[in-house]
Amino acid sequence: MIPLSWYILVSAALFSIGIYGALARRNALAILMAIELMLNAVNLNLVAFWRYLTPNVVAGKVFVLVVFAVAASEVAVGLALIISIYRRRHTIAVEEIDMMKW
Amino acid sequence: MDWQDFLSVLPFIIVAGWATILLLVDLWIPANRKGITAGLAVLGLIAAIAAVISRFGIEREAFDGMIIVDGFSSFLQLLFLGVGVIAIAQAYDYLRRRDIERGEYYILLLYSLSGMLLMASAGDLIVVFLAVELLSIPLYVLAAFAIPKADSEESALKYFLLGAFASGFLVYGIALVFGSTGTTALSGMVAAIESAETTPILLLVGSGMILVGLGFKVAAVPFHMWTPDVYQGAPTSVTSFMAVGAKAGGFAALLRIFISALPGAAVMWMPLTMWIAALTMAWGNIAAISQTNIKRMLAYSSIAHAGYIFMALPAAATPEVAPEAVRAALFYLVTYAITNLGAWGVVLAMEKAEGSGLEIEDYSGLGKKRPALALAMALFMLSLTGIPPTVGFMGKFYLFQVVIDANLIWLALVGVVTSLISAYYYLRVIVVMYMRDGEPEVRSEALLNSTIFITAFGTFFFGILPGFLLKMINQVSLLDLFR
Repeated sequence: MIPLSWYILVSAALFSIGIYGALARRNALAILMAIELMLNAVNLNLVAFWRYLTPNVVAGKVFVLVVFAVAASEVAVGLALIISIYRRRHTIAVEEIDMMKW
Repeated sequence: MDWQDFLSVLPFIIVAGWATILLLVDLWIPANRKGITAGLAVLGLIAAIAAVISRFGIEREAFDGMIIVDGFSSFLQLLFLGVGVIAIAQAYDYLRRRDIERGEYYILLLYSLSGMLLMASAGDLIVVFLAVELLSIPLYVLAAFAIPKADSEESALKYFLLGAFASGFLVYGIALVFGSTGTTALSGMVAAIESAETTPILLLVGSGMILVGLGFKVAAVPFHMWTPDVYQGAPTSVTSFMAVGAKAGGFAALLRIFISALPGAAVMWMPLTMWIAALTMAWGNIAAISQTNIKRMLAYSSIAHAGYIFMALPAAATPEVAPEAVRAALFYLVTYAITNLGAWGVVLAMEKAEGSGLEIEDYSGLGKKRPALALAMALFMLSLTGIPPTVGFMGKFYLFQVVIDANLIWLALVGVVTSLISAYYYLRVIVVMYMRDGEPEVRSEALLNSTIFITAFGTFFFGILPGFLLKMINQVSLLDLFR
């Protein structure tokens, strides 16, 4: 059987790629995708922990479903926002949506 | 699971359910009479307040420990619901003036409030995560409420991207803590850590990531970059609600998770929270000095205040001080809520229809033109600085005392010194109001004025007679449940 630590490492790698994407990409959609990657890393972690540590308790599995649902609603709001910005400005590059100083 | 479990989440059910009903009812309300939706929303909140009061003093766990009803949750729920009522009253005239009056505003506000209510009584990390999202997602939409105005768009996009990014950290941290302790229940965690059945490295990284995720939500340095832009760009009535409600929600989760569930891991998070508190106080106050826009100034001020509340966490790492630290944090949250709602109310009164009138210079001459309003603003500024006889002084006094009791004297010193620095930019507003000549254009709207009056009264009243509030807070026992 594959040891648990492998799953944790893969998940950590996924999460790091997600962070890199969210920080380095300039396209709002790409950032959104990177954030989704971070949430998927979480799901991988949760399922692995559930399977290896508490296979008899349902909490780990349920949590994955909760994360799915939340990720979907976040994307729904985010895409709506991005579309409405694109309609007016014809760009979704984050550095161009920056009138106020950071 | 029995019917009593449902009673335990009754305030949440009322607010979330009522919001869903209103979503349908609102379709039948004509566009020029959306005040009806606002009124109905307030009615729902009053029902929820009644539900919280009716079970005040009861302590129980519901849904197998997923929901905790105790003094802590009831107290915070009352605070959130009060903030909700004032936020709706403040929004009503403002939305009409900005010509963005739509019924969805009040409904989204109710949904966000329901997330805060859930957060206050969360007894499981799954519920904490769900509550954080339920609190945040409607707020993203609210920040975008003035679309197609460019700054509202920008504010919403920044808030959304950074908020979602932070949620990623939060939930990854929760997953690691789950992996370390083998449970998501807060009460189970206490037991797992005490019996040393944990993987310390996962617990360390996990609790650190939870700290990062929630640090974003409460706008603590170094996770504060979004705050000034989002607060400035969002419609001011949303900012008012966001600055008070979302921050208090984040702190509810921080206190619950770190003080009641992870006291056994205090060695790990105590130095981290200590530095976050010190940095947040210092940077928030220093950056506020150079601001000329009042919304940005108050945004940095809210960062600084997050730092003050954050001091309760390292203080609570000393077990004997922990109960007092929680109470001091709650007292400070009330202080912060009353004062900030009032200050944002004055900002709302000064804002012109097209969104100008937000520079501190625009307040010149307010003392002559509207003495009462200027007096209220002066009171709020004194309270934010922490000068008696205002509630802000009592809040800081209580908090610093707890920090000193926990032997963190240098941290209390940082707090005192940064408060002195903050006097510069808060008092500047008072100077501009009273000593400069000008013809400010101020609105006088009955609802808005009454919220300013109520908060000003509260700021003053609790400043000289904090006993009533303290008595209520003294009944709060965050820790008894798991012992």
